[in-house]
Amino acid sequence: MKWIINALKGFWGILRRPSKAAVGIVLFMGFAGGLIFWGAFNTGMEATNTEEFCSGCHAPIVAEIQETIHYANRSGVRAICSDCHVPHAWTDKIVRKVQASKELFAYFVTQTINTPEKFKERRAHLAEREWARLKKNDSLECRNCHNFDYMDFSEQSPRSVRQHSTALASGDNTCVDCHKGIAHKLPDMHKVDGWQ
Amino acid sequence: MNKLLLLTISLNLVLISAFAISEERGIGGVESLRGSAELETTRAADPLKRVPRDQVDIESSYVFQPPLIPHHIRSYEVSLNANKCLSCHGWKNAKQMGATKISVTHFTNRNDEVLADVSPRRYFCLQCHVTQSDAKPLVGNTFERVQSLQK
Repeated sequence: MKWIINALKGFWGILRRPSKAAVGIVLFMGFAGGLIFWGAFNTGMEATNTEEFCSGCHAPIVAEIQETIHYANRSGVRAICSDCHVPHAWTDKIVRKVQASKELFAYFVTQTINTPEKFKERRAHLAEREWARLKKNDSLECRNCHNFDYMDFSEQSPRSVRQHSTALASGDNTCVDCHKGIAHKLPDMHKVDGWQ
Repeated sequence: MNKLLLLTISLNLVLISAFAISEERGIGGVESLRGSAELETTRAADPLKRVPRDQVDIESSYVFQPPLIPHHIRSYEVSLNANKCLSCHGWKNAKQMGATKISVTHFTNRNDEVLADVSPRRYFCLQCHVTQSDAKPLVGNTFERVQSLQK
């Protein structure tokens, strides 16, 4: 026990006394350390944004997207999980990542969705949470790619124009109000607004 | 006795295999509308028909024909959980969405009793309604619309 305290005291001593090394060296070490730390942190965070990482736990859900236009389409542009489920801006991203740690707790400790049956049971709740999140941020993750200002109504079908030029343009509705389940199978929709 | 049995069986086998070799394999030279692929081989699938995004309605050819779907329906879920078709064509939303209402026939059960909501036997839209595409008839025919539907 005593040697630990002594070691800590020694370390504190190093910290509070001026270094004998030149200021340039100290600064350089600071910068280099910062670079390495920041790089590692960001790389780690990006690694948790990849499709492989998501499907580590969410494999059946990741499989669902494969039939949809966000996975396969004529031009080969595609969205992966994090494009829709993780904000792109840094601060929002950190906030969402911290929230996600609670979801890890639900998966590993309370085990609320660790079997397909439990997941099916809870699907409506999970979907509603995600709809609420997108409703609250005005479908930000949709708009990262689908920018309303650059929508050409003359290229859209009459059905789309009717909705986009009215409810969406006025801001009464946001993308997710109509576009639910575009990349996933839907939960029971009988109580959801706009569905039967 | 045993020897006789063995002899009979082996003779049968020889005969069967001889027949199998002499018989013409596969479809026996018969062609179908889908071409002349042999039974043993898997024919390459036809290219999928393109569904144009929005189209002119193809008129009905006979009375009580389920109308065709004049728009694409990719990823429209029709399942126990959700029915995307009804979210526009159901009576609740049709007017607001500017969509055609489903006909009143969808509300009757097989005993012709009128129900309060879509009859379960009419719930799965795609059993009768299909998307319009550029599919050409496989064989020529002289079918004409009934008089009342002709223009």
